Amino acid sequence: MNITRLIIVAVGGQGNLLASKVLGEAACRQDIPVRMSEIHGMAQRGGVVESAMIFGDAHSTIISDGEADVLLGFEPLEALRALNKCNADTIVITSTSPLPPFTAAIGKGVYPDMAAIEAYIRPRVKSLITLDANALAVEAGNVLSVNMVLLGSLIGAGVLPLSDAAVREAIKDTTKAAFAEINLKAFDLGRAAVKG
Amino acid sequence: MHKLLTDRPGEKMFLLGNEAIARGAIEAGVAFASTYPGTPSSEISANFFQISRESDLYFEYSTNEKVALEVAAAAANAGVRTMCIMKHVGVNVAADALMTLAYVGVRGGLVILTADDPYMFSSQNEQDNRYYGKLSGLPILEPSTGEEAREMMAYAFEISEKLQEPVLLRTTTRLNHSTSQVTLGPIRQPVTMGDFAKDPFNYVTVPAVSRNLHVKLLKNIEKAQSLAEKSPYNRIDGNGSWGIVCNGVSYNYVKDAVRDLGITEKVRIFRAGFSHPLPADRVKSFLSGCEKVLIVEEGEPFMEEAVKAMAQEAGFINLIAGKRPDLFSRLFEFDPAMVRRVMASFFSVDCPESRVSDLSDLPILPQRPPNLCAGCSHRAVFYAVNKATEGIANIRPTDIGCYTLGFLPPLSNGDFLICMGSSVGTGCGFSRTTDKKIISFIGDSTFFHSGIPGLINAVFNNHNITLVILDNHTTAMTGHQPHPGVDMAALSIEGFNRVSIESVVKGIGVDHVAVIRPYNVKKSIAAIKEAIDFKGVSVVIAQQSCTLFDKSLKRLTGKPFRVGDRCKNHRNCINELGCPAFYVEDDRVHINEALCTGCGVCAQVCPEHAIVPVKN
Ligand code: SF4
Repeated sequence: MNITRLIIVAVGGQGNLLASKVLGEAACRQDIPVRMSEIHGMAQRGGVVESAMIFGDAHSTIISDGEADVLLGFEPLEALRALNKCNADTIVITSTSPLPPFTAAIGKGVYPDMAAIEAYIRPRVKSLITLDANALAVEAGNVLSVNMVLLGSLIGAGVLPLSDAAVREAIKDTTKAAFAEINLKAFDLGRAAVKG
Repeated sequence: MHKLLTDRPGEKMFLLGNEAIARGAIEAGVAFASTYPGTPSSEISANFFQISRESDLYFEYSTNEKVALEVAAAAANAGVRTMCIMKHVGVNVAADALMTLAYVGVRGGLVILTADDPYMFSSQNEQDNRYYGKLSGLPILEPSTGEEAREMMAYAFEISEKLQEPVLLRTTTRLNHSTSQVTLGPIRQPVTMGDFAKDPFNYVTVPAVSRNLHVKLLKNIEKAQSLAEKSPYNRIDGNGSWGIVCNGVSYNYVKDAVRDLGITEKVRIFRAGFSHPLPADRVKSFLSGCEKVLIVEEGEPFMEEAVKAMAQEAGFINLIAGKRPDLFSRLFEFDPAMVRRVMASFFSVDCPESRVSDLSDLPILPQRPPNLCAGCSHRAVFYAVNKATEGIANIRPTDIGCYTLGFLPPLSNGDFLICMGSSVGTGCGFSRTTDKKIISFIGDSTFFHSGIPGLINAVFNNHNITLVILDNHTTAMTGHQPHPGVDMAALSIEGFNRVSIESVVKGIGVDHVAVIRPYNVKKSIAAIKEAIDFKGVSVVIAQQSCTLFDKSLKRLTGKPFRVGDRCKNHRNCINELGCPAFYVEDDRVHINEALCTGCGVCAQVCPEHAIVPVKN
């Protein structure tokens, strides 16, 4: 079986750990071997949270520099920062909604604008897909459903060996019942946004 | 029901390594567990805590790792299957108990989990705790995957009971925090009560007794070695002539590299899952067919030293290498590409080029370091200390917890840190050897863990030091575990008592004790000033519950603030507090209302009184 390596980068509190859990559960449903690892020691203190997911017959649970097939950015600056994980064949999907780090607010560094971020990423990878995940989450009914929007974009782009149905089932099983409808709507919006 | 209590053998679950370990212990019939929380081991205990509330498992958060191990040692010597969980540096705290417990041994199985942290994702050092196996003479087991960790727990209890010795189960962050599929096994009913038959000539370690016990320990190491010879966790893959010896997660990287390099036929891999004592006979026979041998292990050359010694005995003269400037480093953690590259160069095979694109023209990106939460009371305390010490030369030893982050600008509180509880002891030393005022910081949980002896020392030796105890009523950093100062009844958890920090401090004999509410900035500054002016030991207890914990318990009551028209852009708020709820847009300061918890500290700091509550 082919191996697909996915890196997800986000800022603490954006819900990427739940997103990777959903993908893991979906893979289990389809009997696709999956392993993941995450560094979340200070996740809730506003730092960067990175998950690595490896689908297929690999043993490692981490992804070396230059070896991600797919990079999913919950935040554009973090997508750019994770470019060391990519190669010329990597597909990058990122939200365009910036969350400037506090260091930028106190004048330690400048947050690059979106056009500059795209210009850095695009020539170094196979393709760059962008979407305004925050706006779509709001449209779905809850700004906290950004993670589901981005899951939708992964499936819409067809970059993972996972079926739409398996991910939807996993969303229903893994996330709170009260939010299931909004979550699925967010997922659909994300999926449609990259398909179009 | 807790998912880890699911009694459906054969069912598959997608589990975090730490959940798999907890599940394995449940399957092995663990009846008693103790811990002091520490990343990367914390989720094991968090699950045990929940499980203990709905099953026969006894679980406790002990005050520190040494106490946890003493509690566990007694439980195991009453014949009950026991687990004791800690991070790698926690074993240092427990080491005094560990070394002689190895002499005394156990009757019921005792598994001590040490979670090492190569690369120091959340630790102050990356010590390799396999040396504790060597130092204490105890066996070490090292799983490579979550599934194996689950399975190994029962085996660990078995060999502990066979040898009548504790067993060290050593993991690394990448195992604890990796998630994979695990197949549930059957659950063995725990035996929760035992007995203790007096036998002081085997249990009371006076010199005459210990001399005999050391003899017993050495015999046990031999027995352990023969168990390691037969252990299914020491296994050999392949029968090529290029030898590889590896352990833990390194094994996964080796497997992937062997496939990527297409050298499956050429290699033979010795995976050490029972890595101390290493099975000498098996290692020697493994070596005998090898042209050369590469040792792949993170951290120190632990197996490398052992294998080289065995090679010497066996008269094996071919090359054995591991840690070498052109091969593996003792630093940090490994990754698949690095292991592949080193293997390719050692065995002289072609390696795919690195595919990292050239990023040299990238601008310097603003960093995103972790920061104290918006509304965290530690920020208010640090601000108050900054104000109270203006013009006073001082040194501020700090300690381990969220508040360690206060060492970063703009708060810049934290000058020295070596280990849990060290702020107090190091403060004593600085107070005698410099003419600066010493202000030490310690959290509530850390105070109970190991701050108290330091404070007693300060009082007894009459040091001139101010200790600020940051009491946020929880062990915040590791995930909000309780500690002896927590009001458990307020969390609707029955059966606990509460130890008052203030009474402890006063009981020790500290003459100047002040309790402050850090959200009241003016009063806090005044109280800290007074404490600093006091000659001798003074203590300030800053009481305010952890904002993040309150948020998760839905008991935050504050209403958000905003920056009003009176703002003259001095930016004291941003520059002196650094709360992450602030942001700058169009050169004006704003407050992110979704992040603001309404602590009101910035409103007291702003000289223009421009920060006002958001009107509903
Ligand atoms: S978790 Fe609590 S103690 Fe830690 S930074 Fe956040 S508010 Fe402060």
